[in-house]
Amino acid sequence: MGLNLTKLTKIANQIRRDVLTISYHGNIGHIGSALSVVDILTCLYFNAAKIYPRQPRHSQRDRIILSKGHACAALYSALFHKGFFSKAMLNTYHQDNTLLAGHPEIHLSGIDASSGSLGHGLSLASGMALAGKIQHRQYKVFAILSDGECDEGSVWEAALVASHRQLNNLIAIIDYNRLQAFGRTNQVVNLEPFKQKWQTFGWRVKMINGHNLIQIIKALNSPLSKTKPTVIICRTVLGKGVSFMEDKLEWHYLNPTQAQFNQAIKELKFVL
Amino acid sequence: MRQAFINTITRLAKKDQRIVLLTADLGFTVFESFRRQFPDRFYNVGVAEANMIGMAAGMAQSGLIPITYSIATFASLRPYEFIRNDVCFQNANVKIIGVGGGLGYGSAGFSHTNYEDLSVLRPLPNLTILNPADPVETELLTILAIKHAGPVYLRLGKVGEPVIHHQPPKISIGQGIVYKTGKKIAIFTSGRIAANVIAAKLKATIVILPTIKPLDIRLIKKIALSHQNIFSIEEHSIIGGLGSGIAEVLSELPFRGKFKRLGITDEYFKTVGSQDFLRRRYGLMPDQIIQTINRETK
Repeated sequence: MGLNLTKLTKIANQIRRDVLTISYHGNIGHIGSALSVVDILTCLYFNAAKIYPRQPRHSQRDRIILSKGHACAALYSALFHKGFFSKAMLNTYHQDNTLLAGHPEIHLSGIDASSGSLGHGLSLASGMALAGKIQHRQYKVFAILSDGECDEGSVWEAALVASHRQLNNLIAIIDYNRLQAFGRTNQVVNLEPFKQKWQTFGWRVKMINGHNLIQIIKALNSPLSKTKPTVIICRTVLGKGVSFMEDKLEWHYLNPTQAQFNQAIKELKFVL
Repeated sequence: MRQAFINTITRLAKKDQRIVLLTADLGFTVFESFRRQFPDRFYNVGVAEANMIGMAAGMAQSGLIPITYSIATFASLRPYEFIRNDVCFQNANVKIIGVGGGLGYGSAGFSHTNYEDLSVLRPLPNLTILNPADPVETELLTILAIKHAGPVYLRLGKVGEPVIHHQPPKISIGQGIVYKTGKKIAIFTSGRIAANVIAAKLKATIVILPTIKPLDIRLIKKIALSHQNIFSIEEHSIIGGLGSGIAEVLSELPFRGKFKRLGITDEYFKTVGSQDFLRRRYGLMPDQIIQTINRETK
């Protein structure tokens, strides 16, 4: 595992600051959704996943799909810190003529699948996992979904097939912050009992605190099930790390004012 | 046509390990032999077409050549956004088979009848659209589809299509076939309805366009500028398919002749029937084609 908690905490904090900065300058929201998934992405990219920034299409690499593509500010920062592209490139997020769109696209180094329309990622990931089986490759496939995304029927189409085909090399990670675009998940369309739903679909389920780096790392690195795909349901907080954004619906969409931006950056500086 | 397709795929799969067949629970009595020969390259993914297309895109990203199979309407319309985002935008090497395109499933009712697949698929960049007219074209186009690195939609008929090419034609993606040469009248057609156009035995140039995208614009221009009356005849809506494609080309030409589209008109009906019953409804039987063309060229 090569666990260095202080280092990971620092990276997560840096990613949070990047999310704020590039979103503020790019004049784009979805900040709350990005902050919510930062710790998961940090553990994935800087601890658990086997990836090769210098050979982004390496055939044996683990595949990572951010199916909740609207959280891409965090992903872009992680890819930059991992060395997939330059700081200058990161700063083009949501600007004219950029490869860093408001939802990730495959033409950018480090992106394994385009996303943005919810409910595609688990199907794509299942295909990659099945291809790994057919081609006898050892890679894992990680798909990061939002909880609201699980309203999409295609998520459950994929969930059925993945368990039927025993795609144990497939790991779904759910950013379970219980807020979606226009309300609390249990008020929009209730997903509960969420854990049991996945279990009855034939998945191995782990429920963890999605901001506890030790728990995330343990879950991501745990040996694969022999026959089942794994879903890691990560209890998270929308806007995690910025006091006035935490668990506030409006930060799914809003862009911060300059004062709010300064305040958020100040708070993130105090963490370390 | 279905049989010509599966025979060709089975033959190709013996040589090419990358070919993998996915079906959304269709193909009873069609795929048994393929499944027996390639048990680890045949996947019935259940009645879930969107997921099938997404999975196929994921498999293509790993270097396989996934072929997805369903009835044309379920193959194209149901998972349309997955075709758009995951296959075409990512230029994934997926071959999408839509069987029974047109009126082939007519008596099964509206849900199974498909005449708008080409309209919705034509605007997608990277996508090649193939529409074979008979079992001979089916075999040749299936081979070309697999050879072509990139997304392909192959619109198949069902069973019992007559052979119209008694010698295998020269065929390549994006190229039309001048089936017969006339003088003043030219008919562009594509897919199974070509058999009815030929059966009409008109004194006309007949051009078959097995590739709907990219259209053979050069040939369309050449024919248009050397004929007075141009017709398009297709087993598809007259909005968005072959006829529309030709209209797009003609509208940018100094073409001064007459142009008419024959195909499925813009209306719903309450009653259904066999393929030929429905073709008659839309004026697509050989005797009706003769009448229409004679009337329009008087």
